[in-house]
Amino acid sequence: MVSERPLRIIVAKAGLDGHDRGAKVIARALRDAGMEVIYTGLFQTPEQIVQTAIQEDADGIGLSILSGAHMTLFPAVLEQLAAQDASDVVFFGGGTIPADDARELRRLGVREIFTPGAPLSDIIAFVQRECGHRRELVG
Amino acid sequence: MAKMIERPAQQNGSGSAANGSGAAGFEAQRAAWEAAYAQGRRRREPGSGATDRTISDIPLEPLYGPQDDAGRDLARDVAYPGAYPYTRGIHPGGYRDRLWTMRQFAGFGNARQTNERYHFLLSQGQMGLSVAFDMPTLMGFDSDAPQALGEVGKCGVAIDSLRDMQTLFDGIDLGVITTSMTINGPAPIALAQYIATAEAKGVPRAALGGTLQADILKEYIAQKEWIFPPRPHVRLIVDMMKFCTAEMPKWNTISISGYHIREAGSTAVQELAFTLADGFAYVEAATKAGLDIDAFAPRLSFFFNSHIDFFEEICKFRAARRIYARRMRERYGAKDPRSWTLRFHTQTAGCSATAQQPENNIVRVAYEAMAAVLGGTQSLHTNSMDEVLALPTEKSVEIALRTQQVLAYETNVTNVVDPLGGSYFVEALTDEMEKQAEDYFRQIDEYGGVVEAIEAGFFQHEIADASYRYQRSLETKERIIVGVNAFEREEAESDIDLLKIGRDIELGQARAVQDVRSNRDAASAEHALAELKRACADETRNVMPPLIDAVNALATEGEIVQAMVEVYGRYTERAAF
Repeated sequence: MVSERPLRIIVAKAGLDGHDRGAKVIARALRDAGMEVIYTGLFQTPEQIVQTAIQEDADGIGLSILSGAHMTLFPAVLEQLAAQDASDVVFFGGGTIPADDARELRRLGVREIFTPGAPLSDIIAFVQRECGHRRELVG
Repeated sequence: MAKMIERPAQQNGSGSAANGSGAAGFEAQRAAWEAAYAQGRRRREPGSGATDRTISDIPLEPLYGPQDDAGRDLARDVAYPGAYPYTRGIHPGGYRDRLWTMRQFAGFGNARQTNERYHFLLSQGQMGLSVAFDMPTLMGFDSDAPQALGEVGKCGVAIDSLRDMQTLFDGIDLGVITTSMTINGPAPIALAQYIATAEAKGVPRAALGGTLQADILKEYIAQKEWIFPPRPHVRLIVDMMKFCTAEMPKWNTISISGYHIREAGSTAVQELAFTLADGFAYVEAATKAGLDIDAFAPRLSFFFNSHIDFFEEICKFRAARRIYARRMRERYGAKDPRSWTLRFHTQTAGCSATAQQPENNIVRVAYEAMAAVLGGTQSLHTNSMDEVLALPTEKSVEIALRTQQVLAYETNVTNVVDPLGGSYFVEALTDEMEKQAEDYFRQIDEYGGVVEAIEAGFFQHEIADASYRYQRSLETKERIIVGVNAFEREEAESDIDLLKIGRDIELGQARAVQDVRSNRDAASAEHALAELKRACADETRNVMPPLIDAVNALATEGEIVQAMVEVYGRYTERAAF
């Protein structure tokens, strides 16, 4: 039995990156699509992000990085998810991320990387599908 | 109308009016056009949902005419180039006398690599330098700080201590070249490092020309690179203004920036209004601290974005000059005409560039650059086509610089001063933007000022609303971005070369800053930091002299910031979306 409560998503900013335009747009779009969204605010550590996700019982984490530090920070969040036994949380992200880096991040376990120009409708559909699927598995 | 009937009858209605002369004939022509326009069928395809307004949602008429000039006083509102209120430009001779400065923002990796890029740019005809710092430097952390992990050298060059600054300008004559440094929170530290670098080469501080961004208010509004809370930060800026007024006659103390406000998703009017409001807040802070407005105002400069809505951008620049002149003269009582003139740098809009079909960005940049020039910019950075993906390669930087050179030397748009002045549309839109900016000033005043409005989250919310509205208009295809929501093509990933900064830069930079710390005279560094803290705690002292001492004692940026945080604390923002 899949829970009726809305999907709950953490929208996160990590490191020293202050570009929050994209994160805020995604947060609003997911909220307007009926999800509960928690925006972490800026300058979070990977550990803080994963702790927030666990405390909030979140279905997914969307991480936005436009500073070029994506190859450090995405893997660090993956490690934290594994360390805190939370790898079922759907972890996706976006930002200025070159295609070969995005490929590598997907290989490491990031579920999807959205780059500039990705339609909001695609992102919403992805989150609904993947997080909904997770709900079916973990209840 | 009676007069018209007396005219000889002609073959067709609109033709008769068109051949008529005088005011009545013109009125008839207008009526005929309106009727003909009403018969027309408007476009309905994707992208046509926004033909009746600018990209910032300012409503547009299909046509402007002399009736739109009614109520405008030419002497009061438009005047001549080089004359108050400077709507048509700050120089009587425009670009006939002096082209804009082509100044490409650059910085990546370590100081050695960036120094090589500077030598390249100067050898290609660039006229001034512009330093891009990396995130740890901008946020006040050394390269070996845990917060710097993964960020060193990525968005710009890593500068930890005086040693790095010296490497950055190796072989460059600081008495000749002007330098712009885009740094805000730690701006006083960067200035101290620059002074120390020049003085070690024998160039006195009084001979240094350049600009420091040092606009902290827009950090809270948009860019989010702050360290301390707003009030102590503004005090540091006032200290810098005092110091530069006394000791650095050729230095532009702050560059009040709308660029980042726009990049964060604001409209053109918000960029215009919030930036000017920030500027007036600094003017008020400095005069309150006892500085004479005419002693510092001539060296304030501005930095705007040039986005893709061509005429809106041109009108934004024209309105900015006029609003600034009026306020500086009428409200703040500046007497020196140089205090009334708004000088500005422009950068093409990073947020208008697309990752899809990145070569198209070359074309966008060219239009945006032309808007900046028709708006009368004093200097210009043209973005490289690949900046949406990574730091620009040398090849793409060269195309961006060539774009400016083609504009300057081939298009002839520089031959007539303010060539769009008097255009019914351009003058009307300039007026409208001024009016909308004034509405924002009233709202900011209701909060009690810029700092209070920041604390209430006013700007942040306005910008987030605007950026969401814009994104929605793309989703619905009311607006089209070529290659993004129309005219897409399947791309075999991106086939352009990208510049990547390896982890070796981070490790090397971390080792270098540790070497600086272990090889310096520890006692003098410690003493200098203690003295700096005393100056920070004492409002009657100026922080610049002890900062220069600390830099010369090889205290690192991270250590200096930490010392200052111990006095001022760190700012945290209430997260909201």
